[in-house]
This record gives sequence, structure tokens and C-alpha cells, in this order.
Amino acid sequence: MELTTKTLDLATLVTIMGDLDGSSAPRALDEILLMVKPECRIALEMTGVGYMSSIGLRAMLSLQRQTASANGRFVLVGVSQEIQDTMAMTGFGDFIKICQTLDEGLAFLSR
Amino acid sequence: MERIDIYATHQFKTFKLRPGRPYPFGANHVHGGVNFSIFSSHASFCTLVLFEKGKDVPLVEIPFRGMFLDAQTGEPFWGDFRIGNVFCMTVFDIDIENIEYGYRFDGVYQHVAKGEPGFNRFSFDNILLDPYARSVAGREVWGTPPDWNNIFPHRGRLVMDDFDWQEDRPLENKLEDLVIYEMHVRGFTAHPSSGVKYRGTFSAIREKIPYLKDLGVNCIELLPIYEFDEFDGSRIHPETGERLLNYWGYSTINFFSPKAGFAATGKSKDGTMVVDELKTTVKTLHQNGIEVILDVVFNHTAEGNEFGPTISFRGIDNVTYYMLTPEGYYYNFSGTGNTLNCNNPIVRNMVIDCLRYWASEYHIDGFRFDLAAILGRDQSGAPLSNPPLLESLAYDPVLAKCKLIAEAWDAGGLYQVGSFPAYGRWAEWNGKYRDTLRRFIKSEGGIAAELSKRVAGSPDLYRGRGTSASINFISCHDGFTLMDMVSYNEKHNYANGENNQDGANDNNSWNCGWEGPTDDQGINELRHRQVKNAAALLLTSEGVPMILMGDEVGRTQQGNNNTYCHDNELNWMDWELTQKNADLFRFFKSCVKFRQAHPVLRRADHFQYYDTSGWGYPDISFHGTRAWYPDWSENSRVLAFLLCSKQAPDDFIYVAANSHWDGLWMELPQLPADKHWHVFVNTSMQSPYDVWEVGSEPLLEEQSHFFMGPRSSIILVGR
Repeated sequence: MELTTKTLDLATLVTIMGDLDGSSAPRALDEILLMVKPECRIALEMTGVGYMSSIGLRAMLSLQRQTASANGRFVLVGVSQEIQDTMAMTGFGDFIKICQTLDEGLAFLSR
Repeated sequence: MERIDIYATHQFKTFKLRPGRPYPFGANHVHGGVNFSIFSSHASFCTLVLFEKGKDVPLVEIPFRGMFLDAQTGEPFWGDFRIGNVFCMTVFDIDIENIEYGYRFDGVYQHVAKGEPGFNRFSFDNILLDPYARSVAGREVWGTPPDWNNIFPHRGRLVMDDFDWQEDRPLENKLEDLVIYEMHVRGFTAHPSSGVKYRGTFSAIREKIPYLKDLGVNCIELLPIYEFDEFDGSRIHPETGERLLNYWGYSTINFFSPKAGFAATGKSKDGTMVVDELKTTVKTLHQNGIEVILDVVFNHTAEGNEFGPTISFRGIDNVTYYMLTPEGYYYNFSGTGNTLNCNNPIVRNMVIDCLRYWASEYHIDGFRFDLAAILGRDQSGAPLSNPPLLESLAYDPVLAKCKLIAEAWDAGGLYQVGSFPAYGRWAEWNGKYRDTLRRFIKSEGGIAAELSKRVAGSPDLYRGRGTSASINFISCHDGFTLMDMVSYNEKHNYANGENNQDGANDNNSWNCGWEGPTDDQGINELRHRQVKNAAALLLTSEGVPMILMGDEVGRTQQGNNNTYCHDNELNWMDWELTQKNADLFRFFKSCVKFRQAHPVLRRADHFQYYDTSGWGYPDISFHGTRAWYPDWSENSRVLAFLLCSKQAPDDFIYVAANSHWDGLWMELPQLPADKHWHVFVNTSMQSPYDVWEVGSEPLLEEQSHFFMGPRSSIILVGR
């Protein structure tokens, strides 16, 4: 799993490549949490994520909660249909905002 | 302040350890690691066997007693991780998603060979599933043929128990307010016509919630969802070549784990995900006002008799978990090979722990206990007058609001319908209700008197326990569907590969003139009418109605009354029936609405049979073709009852059932001057005139008499 970060006008764009599972998700979470600041805007680009385990799902929820507690916003973009289905079936989709494209995600973050 | 138990004290190879905690049993997260705890009262030695997910050979086997290294100094020293009869250790730094676990046990007893009777069946060759495992690997995708050479086919998995329920909690609806829908998780949506994305899964139930709400049921009762092996007893049909499976699932492998093969996420091989999916399903059902009852099977396990497989219990502590004859054979009160020793204190605690777990961790609303009479037998099989397990469940603080429903008989001949030890808490599947209703509907004479008790909540069986002690049903998974009950005189079980010898012979069914499917319009119309007659009585009876999945749309099993082994159209709900038999669905739905609209049909207590309302009418009265004169004779095939309540909008409800092959004029009881009879149901009429919307029932033109067609029912409302 690899993370790359890019600062955009409105938000920080984090691109994840690789699976998010029990070994990689905690590491990803630690790195992204460093970007959580008051009123932060974070978009996670997930096109390169083929699989997200239950710990990966928890990492996303933890990120969402910590962003929200910092009065910030957090969105996932480019999530595969299979992962979206998994998120819906396991209840995580109720808590985490998903947008199909980066533009939609940025529009959400800018509201 | 940092805890001081987050540091290892021992080391085995590369694994850091410390003595564990005996409670809770199972594999539980602790800071930095996992606490493994398992009980055996007769084993002398135990090892924890850890596998990397899916690997053939163990990653490590850690003994609970032996030489270890000091985790700080590296010096060797002796360790014994056991308190009492509980082997317990904490293992640090485990990748919980990637580990599968089991145990080996040994004892100082003579080895008992497979097929031979015996008491302790320890064998260090076997790797055993933890009875308290929260998730089981091995059968994650339904129907995928297993690797029969796997040395450890059913493996424990670790799960996270941190699901976010938000505001959800068990609904705690009154039992008498429920309309139960008995269904099989896979059968509900496995048919291609279901139109769902992940057929046959927990998640697919969520997609069908609008259907359940439209029907009006507020409780689903799921056939077993504890982990079982669909390939248990699997065989090829000798004539058709079809593979037959353990489809119903009444053969538990593990009591704490959901059936992974019922989860769309099962293919992920991630135990927590399966758990999350089921919890999300329950949560969504609750959000829609639908309770969840589980059909639980504590009377036996999948390990069978002396010849059965060693999966878990028998290799851990055979004499504790199973009832054994003095010679060491398995008692077989379940009819499946063995009998769980539920009134042994250890096993009793396991059952209680299990139900508490499902009630608290999964927010399950209630439990229906398969062959529950077994739970009242002592360790030698004799019925107990005060069974400790049943009493403990009745008074358990965590289960205090859960529905407890007994199938009050067993395969050993103990029949306790009406006499099940209830402790003010237990309800029963009322087998006598089923039999009486069926006999009446098939036009058997002389049933009116008994029918009068069944529709009144069976006061002869349950007075003092309340009407909700009676779970009323005419059909269930075991036996004919309702449509088959009116389409077949005899069972047709050849598809089961047992030469039609299996399944019950006393079906109390009548085929309406032709055995099986027919193009005869008259017969088909009569069958629909008979189904509606059954629904009308079921949904106006005091007690708790239970509808079998698909009966509301005329689902057929082609005359098979024991479809335990079919993963095919025999058991799958055909959703095209919702269109084909739309009249039945509309009828059921309307009757459910009627029941919900009239509290008098959902009384908690039994009728008093005198005027309790001040209207000048008894709370319930019975009638025949002449008002106030019920016909209890041997030739009688008609019964009417009048309910009178002071609580609007009930006022007066009149239900009449005519199972005679001729039409009958019914004299109607006279209402108070300002009230008039309105027709809610007349099954003689074709749809849509067979049932009316609640509140818009048309005025009956002739108020003193009503002509009932042959084999028909009417429901009138006086207002």
C-alpha cells in the first residue's frame, strides 16, 4: 500500500494504491491522521484500492470521525463498486460520504 | 495510566505470551493481543493451534503447559496457563484478520476408536473448533465443495465487536402484537426472480424489507443461522444425480458464529465483515419496525453419533457436552445421532452465554428453540419437573425482554404442548392449533368445539399464561406449505432420495379433488379459497400468528413435506408468484392490517366468556347457523364467533367459517340498534371482492342473515 499526497486549492488529495487490510490500514490511518487539522478538507482517491478489509473499513470510519470532530470534511472518491457494496452491506456506507468522481468530491468538500 | 498487563511475560518461539484470563471464554481482544480461553473438565493437556488464513499447516502450536522463555530475559522457565479446568493464555501482536485458530486436547484415557462407544474421545490428532468461536472459516461461500483433505476444516476466526448500532436496540414489541414470518435466509432470495444483487444472503433480506412491510409482518423468524455445514450428510440422489445438501441447517457446528455462507461478504474470508453484515441487516430491520427471532438448535450438534465427525465438542469434553448411555453410546432424543447435555451446568452456562451474546451483540429480539422438550431432560434423559436451563433462561437478566418460544416436543416422544415449563416467560409453537385448523379446513366433522378453543388462544392449554403463549401456525418449514396442504393428500418426497419414507404421514391435508397441479379452474379456485379460509382464521385467532415464507403467494414444494435437503426451487421463494397469485397476497396483507387495526384480536389475556364490556354481550360467544347456538355435534362443519369489546374501533367482530361442501345460511347475532354489520371478508367472492380495505367495509344489505358459500369464511365488523 502506498500513499501520495497533493495539496489542492480546496482540499488535500490523498491517493491510495493497494489493498487496505489489517496490516496496511493502520499505517494509512496514522499517516492521514497527521493531515487532520481544524476545518480540514480531505479527499481520498481510492481508484487504486482493490480490496478493503473490515479493519480497512474501520480505518475509514475512524478517519471520518476524527475529521468531523475537527470540524473538517472527508470524502472517498473513485471507490470500486464492489467496495461500495461491501460498505453498504456492513453499514459503513451510512457513515462515510462517497462521491463517484474527484470533482464531485471536491464540490462536496467545498459546501 | 498505562496498564501493566500489556507486556508479555513468556515467549514461545517468536510469540509473546502471558497467562490468560479464564473469562470470558473464547478468543477475545485485550490490549495488544488476544486472550484465548477454553474449558475442558477431563483433558490433561491442550495446545493452541494458530494458522495463517487458509494455510494447510499450522503457523505455530503453543502449549498451555511446558517450557517457555522469559519474555524479558530470554531465560527458560516453566509455565502453566490453566486456572481450574480452563486453559487460558494471551498471545500478543496477532494479525487478527489473518489468523485462524483451534485447539488440540489430550487426556489420560484409553483411546476410543470411531464407531465404538466411549466416554472421553481425546485424540491429539484432531484440531478442534472452539465452541465459543465468534466466527468460523471453512464454508464461507454457500455450496462451494469443501476440501475433504483439510486437516482442520472448520476454523475459529477472530472478530471485532465494535459495531456502531447508533440508537438501535431490540424493539421489545409485545409478543401478542407480532405477526411472525418464518423464513430461510437463503430461500427467501435465492431464486433468480428475487431481483436482488446478492441472492440468498443476509443483505438481500434488507432489499426485501419493502415487501415484508407491505405484507405487514413485524417479525421475521430465521431458520438456523448458526454456523452449519451444508455439506453435512451431503449425498447424490440415487436417481436424479442431484447433490442434496443440509439446506435447512438444523445441525449446528458452532453456536456463537453466524453462517458465513449466508453473508454476501462471506467470500471476503473476513469474519468481522460477516458479523458486520448480519448486524447491519438486523439494524435495518429494526429501523423498519421488524423484529428478528432466531430458530436455535441446542438439542444436538453436527457431530452425530459414534460414527460422526470430530469437529469440536466431542474432542474437547465428550462426557460434558453430550448425553451418554451407561455404555457410552450417544442418547438420540433429537433423532439426529446425539443429544446435547443441556442440563449439565457447564453446557447450561454455554447456552446462556450464547443467547446473551446474540441478544446483546446482535440485538436479536427472541429465540425459537428447536425440539425444546429436550432442554427439559436430565443428564440421563428423564424429563425434569423444574429444568434448570429453562428456568435460568426465563429469569436471565440479559434475556429478560427476549421472546422465548419452545417447539415443545422432541424426537424421543416427549410432547409438552400446553405443559412446557413456562415460568411465566415461555411461549410454544402450538402444534394442536395447526392440527385442529387443518382438520377443520379439510372438512373433517366434529372439530367445531376444539376449533372454538384454538381461535380463542387455546385457553385449555394456556389459561394463566396469556394468549401469547400460543404461537399459532397452520404451516411451517416442517411439512406442507399452505398451498400444498390444499393440493395434496399425500406427501411426495421422492426428491429426497429416501424412497418417500421420510417426512410425516399425518398431514391433515386435502387436495381439493386432484393430487397436485391441475388446469381445472374450479379446483384451483377452491384451493385459493381454502388458503384464504386458513389465513382468515389464522389472523383472527387470539395468540401470535406465524406465516410460513411464501404462503402469502401460494408457494408450493410440489407436495414434498420434508425439504430439508434441497437448495433449489422446491425451497426458494418464487417472486413471480407475487404476480401470479396476487389475490392471495392481497388477502393476507389485508387480514394482517385488519389484525393490527383491531386490538381485540391481539388480547394479552384470555376471554372471560361473559359480558366484560357492558354492551350486553359476552367478550366472546360462539354461534352456528343459528345465532347463539353453536353446533358442537360430530357432523358439524361450521363455527362462528363474535368478539365484543368496549374498546373502539373493535366493538363487534363476527367471524364465521364453513368447511361444509354446501353453502349455509347463517343467522347473524343482532347488534345494538345503532350498529350495523359490514363485510370485511367473504372468501366465496372472487378477488377483489373477497376482502375490503380496513375502515371501508361495505354495509351488509341483509343484517339478520348471511349466505355462506361452500367452504368459505366471512368476517364482519359491527359499527
